[in-house]
Amino acid sequence: MTTTAPAAVARLDAVTHYYGKTLALAGVTLDVPAGRTLGLIGPDGVGKSTLLSLLTGAREVQQGRVLALGGDMANRRHREDVCARIAYMPQGLGKNLYPTLSVDENLQFFGQLFGHDAGERRRRIDELTRSTDLYAFLQRPAGKLSGGMKQKLGLCCALIHDPDLLVLDEPTTGVDPLARSQFWDLIASIRASRPGMSVIVATAYMDEAQRFDALVAMDAGRILATGTPAEFLERTGSPHLEAAFVALLPPEKREGHKRLVIPPLRATEGEEDVAIEARDLTMRFGEFVAVDHVSFRIRRGEIFGFLGSNGCGKSTTMKMLTGLLPASEGRAGLFGRDVDPKDIATRRRVGYMSQAFSLYSELTVAQNLVLHARLFGVPDAEVQEKAQRMAARFGLTQLMDSLPDALPLGLRQRLSLAVALVHGPELLILDEPTSGVDPVARDQFWELLAELSRRDGVTIFISTHFMNEAERCDRISLMHAGRVLVSDTPAAIASGRGARTLEEAFIAYLEDAGARGGALDRADAAGSAPASPPGRDLGQRRFFSPARAWSYSVRESLELRRDPVRAALGLVGSLLLMFIMGFGINMDVQDLRFAVLDYDRTPLSRGYALDLSGSRYFVEHAPIADDADLDRRMRSGELSLALVIPPGFARDVARGQAVQVGAYIDGAMPTRAETVAGYVQGMHQAWLAEIARQRSGPTAAGSPATVETRFRYNPGVQSLPAMVPAVIPLLLMMFPAMLTALSVVREKELGSILNLYVTPVTRSEFLFGKQLPYVVLALLNFLLMALMAVTIFGVPVKGSFLALLAAAVLYTLCATGIGLVASTFTRSQVAALFLTTIGTMIPAVQFSGMLDPVSSLEGPGALIGGIYPASHFLTISRGVFNKALNFDDLRGAFWPLALAVPVILATAVLMLRKQET
Amino acid sequence: MRRFLDHVYRLGVKELWGLWRDPMMLLLAVFLFTVSVYTSATAVPETLHKAPIAIVDEDRSALSQRIVDAFYPPQFLPPVLSSLERADQGLDAGEFTFALIIPAGFERDVLARRQPAIQLNVDATRMTQAFSGSGYAQQIVLGEVSTFLQRDRASTTPPVDLALRARFNPTLDKGWFGSVMDIINNVTMLSILLTGAALIREREHGTIEHLLAMPVTPAEIMLSKIWSMGLVVLLAAAFSLLFVVQTVLQVRIEGSIALFLAVAALYLFATTSMGIFMATVTRSMPQFAMLLILVLLPLQMLSGASTPRESMPAFVQGIMLAAPTTHFVAAAQSILYRGAGMTFVWPQMLALLLIGSVFFVYSLRRFTRTIGRMA
Repeated sequence: MTTTAPAAVARLDAVTHYYGKTLALAGVTLDVPAGRTLGLIGPDGVGKSTLLSLLTGAREVQQGRVLALGGDMANRRHREDVCARIAYMPQGLGKNLYPTLSVDENLQFFGQLFGHDAGERRRRIDELTRSTDLYAFLQRPAGKLSGGMKQKLGLCCALIHDPDLLVLDEPTTGVDPLARSQFWDLIASIRASRPGMSVIVATAYMDEAQRFDALVAMDAGRILATGTPAEFLERTGSPHLEAAFVALLPPEKREGHKRLVIPPLRATEGEEDVAIEARDLTMRFGEFVAVDHVSFRIRRGEIFGFLGSNGCGKSTTMKMLTGLLPASEGRAGLFGRDVDPKDIATRRRVGYMSQAFSLYSELTVAQNLVLHARLFGVPDAEVQEKAQRMAARFGLTQLMDSLPDALPLGLRQRLSLAVALVHGPELLILDEPTSGVDPVARDQFWELLAELSRRDGVTIFISTHFMNEAERCDRISLMHAGRVLVSDTPAAIASGRGARTLEEAFIAYLEDAGARGGALDRADAAGSAPASPPGRDLGQRRFFSPARAWSYSVRESLELRRDPVRAALGLVGSLLLMFIMGFGINMDVQDLRFAVLDYDRTPLSRGYALDLSGSRYFVEHAPIADDADLDRRMRSGELSLALVIPPGFARDVARGQAVQVGAYIDGAMPTRAETVAGYVQGMHQAWLAEIARQRSGPTAAGSPATVETRFRYNPGVQSLPAMVPAVIPLLLMMFPAMLTALSVVREKELGSILNLYVTPVTRSEFLFGKQLPYVVLALLNFLLMALMAVTIFGVPVKGSFLALLAAAVLYTLCATGIGLVASTFTRSQVAALFLTTIGTMIPAVQFSGMLDPVSSLEGPGALIGGIYPASHFLTISRGVFNKALNFDDLRGAFWPLALAVPVILATAVLMLRKQET
Repeated sequence: MRRFLDHVYRLGVKELWGLWRDPMMLLLAVFLFTVSVYTSATAVPETLHKAPIAIVDEDRSALSQRIVDAFYPPQFLPPVLSSLERADQGLDAGEFTFALIIPAGFERDVLARRQPAIQLNVDATRMTQAFSGSGYAQQIVLGEVSTFLQRDRASTTPPVDLALRARFNPTLDKGWFGSVMDIINNVTMLSILLTGAALIREREHGTIEHLLAMPVTPAEIMLSKIWSMGLVVLLAAAFSLLFVVQTVLQVRIEGSIALFLAVAALYLFATTSMGIFMATVTRSMPQFAMLLILVLLPLQMLSGASTPRESMPAFVQGIMLAAPTTHFVAAAQSILYRGAGMTFVWPQMLALLLIGSVFFVYSLRRFTRTIGRMA
């Protein structure tokens, strides 16, 4: 720390940060030197990422002060001013990239956000991609790049605007050694050409930290030490940084840590004793060959390491060996037998631990152990004892009732191992078991492995990216692009290539394998990157830049086009539902089944029900025999209506004596029952009038007045013409709102929302840009629904279609806007989906006049109905479809609709945050 | 076989723990079977509730005033007196469902036995009010006219009386219908959601590949989810029926609840299989949720749970015979409302068993085939 302190480009002062109750940073004070590369080292979860996100302004500062590029990052004005000078590459492979977009489209998007014109973008993109060897892959979707290439693309996107401060969060995690070394060479050459640029890097690989100008070692939200790599080694007297880091840890963390020595594997009882054998194992997913003729043999008791970058086929090979995936070709054998996914017996001899630490987070430690023991067929009597023994061996006894999620990563990893071992397997398959675990815990884990292998004779097949772990294996295989490049003991591999370290040997193998080499010869290409000031002027358009909004629109529509399932679900889904509702919400009653129990059996009694059986609403069934028959047939649901005509009916009518006809209606479905009652009453009245007319001539009786009922707009009082125009507003609200909400929340889930936080794009540009494609989609949806109404349902448009279209434009703006509002306070796609469904369906169905008119509602329902856009669009839709109205007639409904648009959009913009909390 | 059952049991218990520790799902289940059932029973308004009506009174006589006064809540809103033109606009804008026009000289013509006509305009796009409301309005008008005339002479009582009796639900209380149908809808939704989510959760947490590396078969995994989630939904439905519907809402249930639950169990066999199937065709929770919406709505709307099946087009009725919900709704209505026993509902039970078995076998085959790819 005694190095001559250069000017600081950024400074953290007593910064403390909590996630809920979890402390992420505890009073960190740090200067970030200008024009240097500063490395943050430490395992996962010590606060490195939090620190970096605070520094870039992506995350809101809670306590303390964060200064960067000469201003306070808590100040919004300052953030807006400097965000164009900071580049941030978040953790996770291609986290801020758009996987369905091509390399070129990704870069174009970022260029547009920073206000470059088309020519400038082309020039910069070509330069950057040439210097990173991505030029040949400009048209390839980002999601289909290898891990190393994704990181290079991420770097290009970060560098497109010539930042002064480059922030890289674990840029090489999960990338193969060659790509890693190329990445750092690239950074070095860029720094050489732009000496003023400061770089701050977080990494979990201690070995690569050697290259940095200065280091900050972190643990548990605190800074352990700062200094140059040489100072670190000198201060701790350690041979390498990993040991130095362990030495810097507080004593209680180091406890139990000792230098790991794995005794050599005993020269074995014959080469024949093979635990795993793979011969020409191949796996194809369609065109893509994930694993290409892989062969190896692993002896019993051996620790066999599998090295390679993410996506090189390690996990796929392991899955084929466990029988999880059937091989496309070749054979895999365990204990001299072919792997057969159906062979349950072999599985008992294997313990498997996957990348995700396959634990049930909903079960406690004890429950996890017991469940696995039982499923592996440990006899009931021994289950508890076995679980206890495993817990004791792995130091979990005190934690038996905790839930796995509450445990630190290192302990969770041990529990996973305990779970995989509870049935005493002879073979252990471990897929990257140590990712993200701190060095001390990793060494402890390896002690357990050594003991298992050497003492218990368990064969261990393990994959890893850590070189020092690879060195601990008896033998290793290096995989690249689905093929095994070399398989031997670590020492033999290194000496075979005449390399000093295993890593160098691997890089040599990878280069031979045709992975692109030579990163340095493009130093001059990067050097010619424009020294001209980047689009600084773009910070000027603070409020709304149509170009930036448009760049979001373009990007969103590209993504939508590449993911046709989503768009199709929106379109097809709404058409399907319209079809269902058109036919389903049917108030018409037709073909009601009825029968008569006629005790009188006279012409008069037979004539009574004649009206009914002649109507299109009723279907007459066989006459009812007696009361019991009536009860049975009504109970079974066969009859909706039963008429009972009493004995002596004709006689009593003739005498003018009071007589009662019984009508039994099935009340199980009240709406239907009411309609039936209405029909029966009508029929009865008609019959009475008819009798009266027959008796006393046409003129005498009759009512003193008549009511002429005119059913307007829908003379047949049919459901279809009434419902179809009402269903359109409902569906045009639900689906566009849902799709829009999902599009924003998806960015939150995938991480690309960061681009909103750290680029000059404003909230309104982001939201309106994303909204536009969905408005277009919704309008298309509307046109399709209108077409369907006219053709399939035969409901003609009687009024002005132009008025309807204009209203639809306003309405889709509202609907997508409501989706935006919903997206601002949900974090997961599922939550957004349910929230928008509830938030749109309930008001649209119940309060918007779809069934009951808004004027009939009371209380909050009436209030919601009065302001909810669906009410007004419904009035317009019915007005145009059914009532032959035009603009003028519907003016009253247009105003509230037009007013709702700015209100909803303003709400969405105000509620969206431009920083993470 | 013993091991098979043991595994199914153990894995099922694990699912129950999983649900127990998932507060959101629990909350949803509790909400659906209590609050939601309660509100859907009480929130359904009477058919004719506060229908907005305008009256154009061109007569301004004692009789016309009498008619105006006869329209009052809860069936109608207090009438708005307006002009012909205004009433027309109101109908156009959807402000009124009815507009009654009393012509000038109406009272005079009635007294002179000239049988004058009153015009009742109905906005027939308001299906819920138009039909029953127009009949009601007609009765009110004619009733008022005849009582008005009764000052002159006694009215003739009709010799034949029609005694209307609604069986199984004498007051035609819609709450009865709404609450039970809501239980059915919730059973459908929750069973599909829980089983599907249970599978997707395993997949998202990476535990499915772990399960597959263990000596358990896909059939065991699938059955364990089916019995555990089915049981939860069945218990929730029973609770809701006994406490919310019977005790709180005071709905009279005619038939045997045990029989209803037996039918529900058969139904759950089919829906939980559907849940598994849907989880195998979708890749993530959001996709699953989208599919869920597209599947649930038709099941609810076309199964006869919201509108009578007879009123649907024949081909829709035909297609819906393949949906388990149709049979479940039919059986539930028979048992709960009409007190039907086994002798009446066995065809539905058979249909459910058949559909459930087909779904189960198909889902299991798909599950076995795709499970490797899920890991």
